[in-house]
Amino acid sequence: MLRYTVSRILLVIPTLIGVAILVFFMLRVVPGDVVEVKLRGDGGNVSQETIEQERRRLGLDKPLLAQFGDWMVGVATLDLGTSMWTDRPVIEEIGLRLELSLQVAIMATIVAVLIALPLGTLAALFRDTWIDYVVRLLSIGGLAIPSFWFGMLIMLTLLQLFGWLPPITFTPLYVDPMANLAQLVWPALAVGYRYAAVVARMIRSSLLEVMSEDYIRTARAKGVFEKLVVSRHALRNALLPTITVIGLEFAFLIGGLVVTEQVFNLNGIGKLFVQSVSRNDFTLIQGMVMLIALFYVLVNLAVDLLYAALDPRIRYR
Amino acid sequence: MFLASWIAAILAAAARFAKSHPERRAVNREGDGYMRLWLGRYSVKIAEPMSEGTIVYDRPAGEETRGSDGRELLSVTDLHVQFETSGGVVRAVEGLSLRVRRGEIVAVVGESGSGKSVTALSIMRLLPRHTARIPSGRIVFDGKSLLDLDDEGMREIRGRDVSMIFQEPMTSLNPILTIGLQITEPLQIHLGMDDGAARARAVELMRLVGIPDAERRLTQYPHQFSGGMRQRVMIAIGLACNPKLIIADEPTTALDVTIQAQILELMRDLSRRLDIALIIITHNLGIVARYADRVVVMYAARRVEEGPAEAIFHRPRHPYTMGLLRSVPRLDRPRGEKLETIEGLPPNLAHAPPGCRFAPRCPHAIAACVSEPPLVATDTGGLSACWRADEIAAGKIAWPAAGAAAPAVTPDRGAPLLAVRGLTKHFAVRSGLRGVRGLVRAVEDVSFDVHAGETVGLVGESGCGKTTVGRLILRLEDPTAGEVRLDGEDLVTASAAELTAMRRRVQVIFQDPYSSLNPRMTVGQIVGEPLSVYRIEPNAAAVRERVARLLGQVGLRPELAGRYPHQLSGGQRQRVGIARALAMEPRFIVCDEAVSALDVSIQGQIINLLEELQRSYDLAYLFIAHDLAVVRHIASRVVVMYLGRVMEIADRDAIYREPLHPYTRLLLDAAPVPDPTVEKARAPRLIQGELPSALAPPAGCVFHTRCPMADADCRAAVPALREVRPGHLAACIKV
Repeated sequence: MLRYTVSRILLVIPTLIGVAILVFFMLRVVPGDVVEVKLRGDGGNVSQETIEQERRRLGLDKPLLAQFGDWMVGVATLDLGTSMWTDRPVIEEIGLRLELSLQVAIMATIVAVLIALPLGTLAALFRDTWIDYVVRLLSIGGLAIPSFWFGMLIMLTLLQLFGWLPPITFTPLYVDPMANLAQLVWPALAVGYRYAAVVARMIRSSLLEVMSEDYIRTARAKGVFEKLVVSRHALRNALLPTITVIGLEFAFLIGGLVVTEQVFNLNGIGKLFVQSVSRNDFTLIQGMVMLIALFYVLVNLAVDLLYAALDPRIRYR
Repeated sequence: MFLASWIAAILAAAARFAKSHPERRAVNREGDGYMRLWLGRYSVKIAEPMSEGTIVYDRPAGEETRGSDGRELLSVTDLHVQFETSGGVVRAVEGLSLRVRRGEIVAVVGESGSGKSVTALSIMRLLPRHTARIPSGRIVFDGKSLLDLDDEGMREIRGRDVSMIFQEPMTSLNPILTIGLQITEPLQIHLGMDDGAARARAVELMRLVGIPDAERRLTQYPHQFSGGMRQRVMIAIGLACNPKLIIADEPTTALDVTIQAQILELMRDLSRRLDIALIIITHNLGIVARYADRVVVMYAARRVEEGPAEAIFHRPRHPYTMGLLRSVPRLDRPRGEKLETIEGLPPNLAHAPPGCRFAPRCPHAIAACVSEPPLVATDTGGLSACWRADEIAAGKIAWPAAGAAAPAVTPDRGAPLLAVRGLTKHFAVRSGLRGVRGLVRAVEDVSFDVHAGETVGLVGESGCGKTTVGRLILRLEDPTAGEVRLDGEDLVTASAAELTAMRRRVQVIFQDPYSSLNPRMTVGQIVGEPLSVYRIEPNAAAVRERVARLLGQVGLRPELAGRYPHQLSGGQRQRVGIARALAMEPRFIVCDEAVSALDVSIQGQIINLLEELQRSYDLAYLFIAHDLAVVRHIASRVVVMYLGRVMEIADRDAIYREPLHPYTRLLLDAAPVPDPTVEKARAPRLIQGELPSALAPPAGCVFHTRCPMADADCRAAVPALREVRPGHLAACIKV
């Protein structure tokens, strides 16, 4: 088991190197660079000389491989460079937003699991009854309604019914929990609803499958209490595929909440991503892609380890 | 598991689970356990038990004899079970009555779909809630009417007074819970034992069912157990609370014949010793003959005959029973003529015809058969649902003899059509990043010949490598070493083009007619595909015509070409598989367990078809099977394999009459024959051990770990296959 874990962690390194190569060269394929956008973007009349000078300052005049080498050395020493637009360290730019994005992602996951686990379970146990129909209607809704639109509905409701809107400025949780939650609960709900819909459907279908397994019949034939049949025999087996879905969704939330962040006016990773792409801010884009790739890899690793913890067939392999 | 308890709390609030804290009642009801406080799954002992909570194994001596009080334990009266399906209401059980006395072993036999498993699930009240209905009937167990109990009352009986053992040991245990938890669960729930007592009892139970090293294995998971061991675990669970009745639904169908004998001997022994009544549901008449006191024969949802085992086998009073007994290939009788069969198919229970269900297939049907025959007492002390039962008793009706005797196949002993020499296949088992961990020696130095027009049987237990040999001959796998010569050409070194040409001459019929046909293709497309791929027929019209002819050859109506596999019965699908193989006009067909998924009456039809085709087209078969009786019927030479190696090769009559190798003898001895007189006179079977892992086969003779004759010499060297008698080869130094 330990060997498995270590080998999985070591495999993270080649994955990240691959991502680094891909993102670096793909960005260079796109015509234009940050200097053009910065100095001429608004139709400004800037001399070619100034532009060359700025390029030299940012190191964009060096050969491609040299640039790549510089960057890789930086990555290896955990220095992602400075933003080509703001001249602030990439780590700092990301760090400013990561706290918020991470918190929204975690809260959305909690919301989703809290809603999805009981609803998905009930829907499976009471299949084809009104309970199931209600849950299925809710989850179809969650899949069909974009979360930014649901977010707008939440804002409108808050405004119309309570004449109140959540604060716009981010307060860290450890500074003022109430202010923090007052701001972030709403996007977490908006995103969590869709997330819950995905997870609830997964739980429902995998629990239905598990409940028709032979070993559930065995458990019933032993005279096990029905609720123990569900909680001990069925649910643990049904959670396995669900965990994969939760992990993938969680990793997605770190960088994927572009529009929802706009709706709630959150200064998160998604917003930063859009900004840096439109500015051709190579170093920042590269840093963010690396970060998100790292998140995906780590979440997947966590999912696999959780799998092994839940399923002895994997543990003993 | 916080979440789990939390879910449980929500569920408890939901209407169906509103009954409060049934576990408390269970403990109090028992009275012999500790008084305890329950917190979700966990409990705290708050008082010592009133009396010693010992569990009785061996009942008082006076009660030893089975069914001593003769009192009825279970009575099922006029049971009807229906399933709502998209195809209409399926009447799976109709008017079934069944009586079981204490300590009695009752066998329920019938083909698939005859309603025997549904009956068992009805007694346990484990039918699927959504689709199944019991419109009428009574089930009285030990004085309690089971159909009138509420869910909680029924739960208290399940696992405590009645246990059930299911067919599939591989899927019947929860993969993520330890064996220990799964055995102790009923003890804690029904008897309120604490962890220590339940553990101790679980160890006892595991020893009782013959699981070695019980203490250690308690903490293991099902995937660490072999199939036979898992079935022992299921039996241990079934025995846990000292039930009065165990229902075993095809308990050994998924197991090898030697393991089957171990499990059944164990069950019978425990039933006799502990005075537990046993209902064995099976399609295997050999098992019935050996183990049953009384037999109930079901056909198409109804009981057609019932009686003492002796009477059912020697003096059947229903034509279906007669036909069934005649159509089983017999291990104890030399192959004579064509296998007798029951023609036709069982009725569709969604639209069952009126009157006697068997009449359309019955050679003795008369006008009266259009109305339903009542069950009447017969001269043998049983019951039969046939209008002509009296005539059968008077000996006026005999099952018609099968058609003309098949001429004995006399293969020419010239150059063999297929010559297998030193065939070897090793699979590397990889693990993680470190590469090869071990080598599975699936096939090791296998050599045999198949002559044109002959059938060679390849038999052995699961995992012995017989299927791999078939796949190597077909070049679906590449051999590690050795050669396979077809008409002198080596298939192992053949080029891609030569292989393509070869594939026209060698075809295959697979075991599972349910999964080996593409569900999205029509029968016509399946059979016609090789014809167009190999451009055997010039155009689509010619292919269609040819498909129709092929379907005719395998006894299917040409209209079936437009159907999809799921619209066909198992036997029909296997015929489609045969037609597909025949399309290429092969000279050699590998039949990999071609009939083992089929019911007895259908199996006979397919075997006869294969034999007819062999005669018409001079086909050679490699017939891979685990059923020795079927092989005895169809094969002219038999190859016995064990752990990748050939143990014995001989002509059929020689191998069945005078088996040389101790493994062959053991295999033949382990399979019960459908004759209660023979079986009940036979000594208890003592077959030791399990199949060793192919990853670490025993040194020397691979069979020495289970061989009654083995000594130090056997461990020293691998015995060579040598000709002990002319044409009779065995790999044993003791013969």
